[in-house]
Parts: sequence; C-alpha cells; structure tokens
Amino acid sequence: MTPVETRLPNPVRPAFTAGERDDTVIVSIGPSHPCTHGTVQIIAELDGERVLRTDIHCGYLHRGFEKECESHTWHNLIPYVDRLNYVSALINDFTYCDAVETLMGIEITPRCRYLRTLLSEYSRLVDHLTCVAAGLMELGAMTAFLYLVMVRDFMYEHLAALTGARVTYSYGRIGGLARDLPDGWLVRLEEILKQYEEFIGRVHGLVDRNRIFIDRMRDVGTISTKDAISYGYTGVILRATGAARDLRRDTPYLAYAELDFDVPVGIKGDNYDRYFVRMREMDESVYMMRQLMEMLPAGPINVDDRRCVLPEKELVYTEIESLINHFKVIMDGPRPPAGEAYAAHESPNGELGFYVVSDGSGVPWKVHCRAPSYVHMGGAHKMLDGYQLADIVPTFGSINMIGGECDR
Amino acid sequence: MTAGTLDRVSEALAPTAISAAIAHGILVLTLAPEAMAPVVGRLQSEFGFDLFLDVTAIDWMPQAPRFEVVWHFYSTEHHVRVRLKARVDESEPVVDSLRPLYGSAGIMERECHEMYGIVFRGNDDLRPMLLYEGFVGHPLRKDYPKDREQPLVPYIK
Repeated sequence: MTPVETRLPNPVRPAFTAGERDDTVIVSIGPSHPCTHGTVQIIAELDGERVLRTDIHCGYLHRGFEKECESHTWHNLIPYVDRLNYVSALINDFTYCDAVETLMGIEITPRCRYLRTLLSEYSRLVDHLTCVAAGLMELGAMTAFLYLVMVRDFMYEHLAALTGARVTYSYGRIGGLARDLPDGWLVRLEEILKQYEEFIGRVHGLVDRNRIFIDRMRDVGTISTKDAISYGYTGVILRATGAARDLRRDTPYLAYAELDFDVPVGIKGDNYDRYFVRMREMDESVYMMRQLMEMLPAGPINVDDRRCVLPEKELVYTEIESLINHFKVIMDGPRPPAGEAYAAHESPNGELGFYVVSDGSGVPWKVHCRAPSYVHMGGAHKMLDGYQLADIVPTFGSINMIGGECDR
Repeated sequence: MTAGTLDRVSEALAPTAISAAIAHGILVLTLAPEAMAPVVGRLQSEFGFDLFLDVTAIDWMPQAPRFEVVWHFYSTEHHVRVRLKARVDESEPVVDSLRPLYGSAGIMERECHEMYGIVFRGNDDLRPMLLYEGFVGHPLRKDYPKDREQPLVPYIK
C-alpha cells in the first residue's frame, strides 16, 4: 500500500463516509470508468447489489470557460462555445449568437433563420444518435451501435463539407453564418436521411421488443414529472415523464413557429421512455428538415450590419472605409450596447441558455452558460437510488451527461 | 398570453421591488436581498413559476455593493421567464437559499458559491462542485487573475 503522505490528495469530499447500517459498503465509481459516459464520480452506498444512496461529483473537465470568455472579443468566443456540448456544437453556436444578437438588436436574414433551424435539427439528430448508440453499446448491443455510428459518421463528413470540421464547427457568426451551403449539399442530405431511415428501422427491429433490453430499461431509473420539474429537468428527461414541454413549441424561436412537428412524450419517465422519446424525436427532426429543405429561401446569409459582419472581400481590397471596417471588426470586435440578455434554445439535452452581460466594450463583462447537463446532475440521484448497481450504467447513459457542457 | 402574464406578475410584485421592467421579453425585477425569498415564494405559488433555471452572479468591481446575484425562473404553464436581481456587498455576500422551494437550487448554488463566494443562507451543502476541495479563492471574481494556477498535484519539474 502506498504510504499516506505520497498518496494524491482527494479532490472531492464525499457527502457521506460511513454507511447508515453496518452491513453496507461505500464504493467510489469513476471518475474514469469504462462504463460511464464522460468523467464523473459517483460515490454510492451499496447493500449487496442495491444502491442505497449516491453522491455525484462532476467538474473533472472544468476548464474555466466563463473566465476565459471575459478576455476575448465576442466573436472569438464562438470556438469556445462549440466545445461545451461537443456532440451538437452548432446548437451552442446559434444559441450564443442569438443571445448577442438580442443584445445588439439584430434580426437575422430569412435564409440564415431557416438554415440555422435546419442545422439545429441536424445537430439534434446527431446528438440523439450518439446517445442512443452509446446507451445500446453499454448494454452489449454492438450491432445497433455500429449501425447508428456509421450513419452518424456520414453526417459528420457531410457537416465537414459545409463547415470544414467534423465535430467542432465554429460555423455560427454574430449576425449570420460563416458560409453558405456548397453545391449539392441538400441532395446529399436527402441521401443520408434515407440511409438514416433504413438503419433506424433495423435498430427498432433489433431493440424495441427485445426481452433483455426491456428488462434492463423498463421501470429502471424512474423519475416523476413533479420531481423532474423541481430538480430543473428540461428536454428529453422531462418529456419522458409525460410532460410535453418543448421550447421549440412553447416559446418558438428561429423558424419553429412555421414548422409542423409533434412533441413526443413518455409514460412514466424510465430508461425505456427516454430511449423511445429520443428515437421519436429523431424522426420528428428528419420530418422538420425535409420541410425546411422545401422552405429554404434564397438571399443573403448575413445581415447588412457593419458592427459585426465583415465587408465583402472585393471592397476591402478597393476602398479604404471597408479596409478599416474589416480591421475594426477583427481587432475590436462587435460592441454590444451595455446591458444583459438571456437566450434559450431547446438543445438535445434540454434548455441551453446563454446569459450575456455587456459593459459596452468589445469584451464581454460576463458570459454565463445555463448548461442542462450540469443542472441534471443535481437530481441524478433520484434516478439511481434504489436500483441495482448495474443499472447505473444505462440510467446514467440515458441522462446523457456531456462533460464539456456540464463542467464548462 | 405571454405579455398578459408578465404584466400581471409585474403589477403584483413591483411594489416589493426596487425596479421592474420587461426587457427582451423577460420580466426583470431588482430586489433588496431580504425581499428575494418571499418574492420567489409568490412567483412559485401564485404565478406558476415552477422551473428554477439558473442562479449566477455578476462582479461589478469596483462598484459598491460589488455583487449582483441573478436568478432565472420559467413557468412551464405560461411559457414566460422572470429574472430577479439583488445587489450584495463584498463584506456580507449573503442571500437566502432556494433549496426549500426547488430541488435544483442545491447544485446551482454550489456553483455560484465556489465561483463568486456568494453564501446561500440555509444551504448547508456548499461543497465545491466544479472545483476541488481546498481550492483557494473564487475564480470568477474580477480580482482573481486568469493565469493563477493551483495544481492539486505538483507539476513534474
């Protein structure tokens, strides 16, 4: 055994160090465990295989996002916000841009509005695919995992054709987008959606009525609507309890008011419901994307606002005002008026909010991210306590905690 | 519906607030720190603000009082948001905890406490969450230098 003085200090102080009874045992699971999504530490008191109580610690991926935000221009933050929820980075981009645009009083162009909606739904599809695939793999369903991740990789490559990166895109801009769609992008999108439909059908066939799957998921990790709301749950976890709460429907933003879609809900808020709500939401996303492909108008993707959008390259090379403008936008960045704004979008995990405070300079006074994953950690014990030790794996997977967003 | 609910809330709660305004579709109430807990109680019981979204703080150094604690609430019934703000001084950065009213207050107050040093009266579990046990200072305060390092394990020279 390592002598005490050379052991590494414990970064956490558990809520309990002794059992309530003398025949229980306390184990520390994680922070780096092959069965958990991300780096999270769960200290659990066990009675045999049964979990009596848990104390959850996150923060192992904390990198000072909010502190770093206070020393860059508003535009320079876009690559940082990408890395919060890195599975659906575009939604982070658009929510952050929405918050700054609200503060600056900018209304984005129609084409940008529809494109952002289309790409938000595309990101939701990718995020849910990842979550469902990983959740199934953790239960041993390797075939379903490979089917879904193969389709996801088609999507990553396809998004790389648009943005230049597979995962962290840096594609949003305050007042617009980095670039317009390349030729043939929407044609390829329809091909991928058809492949998605083929493989998601196979996964439904393999899993939905599978006895092993149902035994592991049904009536496991249950949470009631009342508890879910009290603990600040939003998104899939809240909807799986039967409450049809979706910001896309309740407080329509972007182009959601013009789209036809259902808000799928579960019956009792267990793992199976969360699986099925995600599967149904993916179908709704595809349905919305097809509507958006029809609706997408022509026109500019950036607003005509010299405070935040770069002038045309041709003008930069030929006239001094545009050259100065280009330099000012790059060096000083946009200067939102002093004030504060909160923008919230329905991210795949729930309400993703950005609270931004400006003092009128080109550097944010404060950027705060209301990360759904972090709030969800506060009530996760409700879904873990009372079940088996092995149930922690599928339950934690269905919460879909994303370390980048949770720990910031 | 949206505007109607917020107007009703604003009318009812404005007398207890220092200022009340609707900005970017959100009702913003500035309160004295001691008025906060009763106002939240009324928001929850009378006006259906059942979702406690977020609590954070703003460091307005060198102004006094230095900190502004900011809460966001959402009503899943009326689909509207309310933001509450209260200024507290550096010498006594104390506000009431919302743990008796909302389960989500526990984890969010822990973050605000470690980042800004705001003390939530009535929350007895303010252990570090994103930082680690033994971390000195509050990193989101403006006087905490961005490049200060506090490695838990010494660097290998």
